[in-house]
Amino acid sequence: MTHTATPTAASPTPPALPYRRTPGLFWRESFIVFRRQLRMNLRNPAWVIIGLMQPVLYLLLFGPLLKPLAGQIGYENAYTFFVPGLLVQLGLFGALFAGFGLIAEWRDGVIEAERVTPASRTALLVGRLMRDCLQILVQACVLIALGYLMGMETPFRGAVLGVLITLGVGAACAAASNALALTTKSEDVLAPVTNMVMMPVLLLSGIFLPMNISEAWLDTLSKWMPTRHVVDAVRTSFVGDFDGGMLLWGTLWTVGLLALAIWWGTRTFRRENS
Amino acid sequence: MIRARGLVQIFQTRQGRQKSEVRAVDGVDLDVAEGEVVSFLGPNGAGKTTTLRMLTTLLRPTEGEARVAGYDVATQPVDVRRSIGYVSQSGSTSGEARAGEEILDHGMLYGMSQADARRRGEELFAQLNLDGMWDRKPRSMSGGQRRRLDIAMGLVHEPRLVFLDEPTTGLDPQARANLWEVIAELRSRRGMTVFLTTHYLDEADVLSDRVIIIDHGRIVAADTPDNLKAQVAGDLVVLELADAAKVGAAAQMLERAAGEAPEVDGHTVQARVPRGGKVVPGLMRELTLADIELDTVEVRRPTLDDVFLTLTGRSLREDV
Repeated sequence: MTHTATPTAASPTPPALPYRRTPGLFWRESFIVFRRQLRMNLRNPAWVIIGLMQPVLYLLLFGPLLKPLAGQIGYENAYTFFVPGLLVQLGLFGALFAGFGLIAEWRDGVIEAERVTPASRTALLVGRLMRDCLQILVQACVLIALGYLMGMETPFRGAVLGVLITLGVGAACAAASNALALTTKSEDVLAPVTNMVMMPVLLLSGIFLPMNISEAWLDTLSKWMPTRHVVDAVRTSFVGDFDGGMLLWGTLWTVGLLALAIWWGTRTFRRENS
Repeated sequence: MIRARGLVQIFQTRQGRQKSEVRAVDGVDLDVAEGEVVSFLGPNGAGKTTTLRMLTTLLRPTEGEARVAGYDVATQPVDVRRSIGYVSQSGSTSGEARAGEEILDHGMLYGMSQADARRRGEELFAQLNLDGMWDRKPRSMSGGQRRRLDIAMGLVHEPRLVFLDEPTTGLDPQARANLWEVIAELRSRRGMTVFLTTHYLDEADVLSDRVIIIDHGRIVAADTPDNLKAQVAGDLVVLELADAAKVGAAAQMLERAAGEAPEVDGHTVQARVPRGGKVVPGLMRELTLADIELDTVEVRRPTLDDVFLTLTGRSLREDV
């Protein structure tokens, strides 16, 4: 049986004028989300200290191990080789954990509260990615400054280009992690899945050692790993080789991954059910 | 203000290998006029929140259509969002943020300037008894304060229509009474339309102009609380006799007043009597003349629970 609920009084008001979105509005909304995220992160001293210590520790405690190997790999200077690898690693792995914070926010009802506002769903995602990118940028600056101090020989514009590519791939990872977080809504699922993704990425991208010094089959296998091309691109850019196909391929992969991840992330912000 | 026709929401669930469909909302029609306070009443799992999420554009209806504040929820979701406030059951602020900043950011996402959002936020904090809470972390606030902060979040952009999902669940009695005042003032002071879900009968009774009752995803009744209670046909008159041997005679007298056969159980005789309070004095005289002594007399006004029981055969209280 269905009842129609009839109102006791009926006086419809004319609706307000339809909403017109301007392009500037998207960036305004993204910035509001970004500012909120950043403010909360900066209040957490652990987040700041760990974020800054990461590049320092890697460089100081792992760099010396590579020094004797530099010649074998074909580099005169170990840091010119090592810093770009570390850069991509920081960008990727920091960002892959972005989803954990999002699950906590979802549990507090923050995501739902933001979704009920007229703000663009993409802006809700992009504001968060801007926070992740800023984190990567600060870490990258610390890393590269230390690298130069320790004798890294890299043209400045090569370093800038390398950082830009890293920011792109980091944003892609953060968006994917956010999408996965909103789909699963459980740290218990997100943690093993993130681990499962990280293992092959770490092993097959040539982050610590270049893949081309390995056996041929492993080198071939790693070419199927998109992040290998990203690492190669950042590395060639750090040695100042801007003409090679490696840089082009790595950039294309980065742009492709970023577009795909933002599309996926926006879709989950639009569709999220509970 | 709200007009929904044939709303259906089907969820796919999986139990082991078996995939099955759950019709959480199964053909809901409802209308809410401007300025009304309407309670959406039903047991847990009846489809209240799911309906609310469809009306607030958070969930796309599987079937059916709805216009909220003049806009279609499926094709004009942004306009709907701009026109309504929504206070969800699960809260809306991060425990580690500062209350005032959450209000500012929320207002700005609605397109307000920071100054406007601040002015409006401070006004709301004063009205909702949140003075001095601007810089507090929600985590360190009491349940009632946090719920009032959620309501402030839902009102910062001055919507004409506000949805409240189980606003008083989990609050202590004093905080509930306080919140009822707040909700009543939304309409009396601001002329807002309020649509709230609840599984508390007293809440629906006290707050609303109309009650819409939902069960198993379908609307089973919609009317004013008084009209709904009038459907139950009369007050319950309960006589408890001193001497169980005289229940037969007492039942006969009550039947004459009630027009239906009373229920008899041990010492007690009870029946539904239209306008029970009016019948009782005469009944008492008759009983005294017949030398039937009473231990207690009770006249119970019908409650919304009686309404629910009559409509569905189950009590709302069972699963609360």
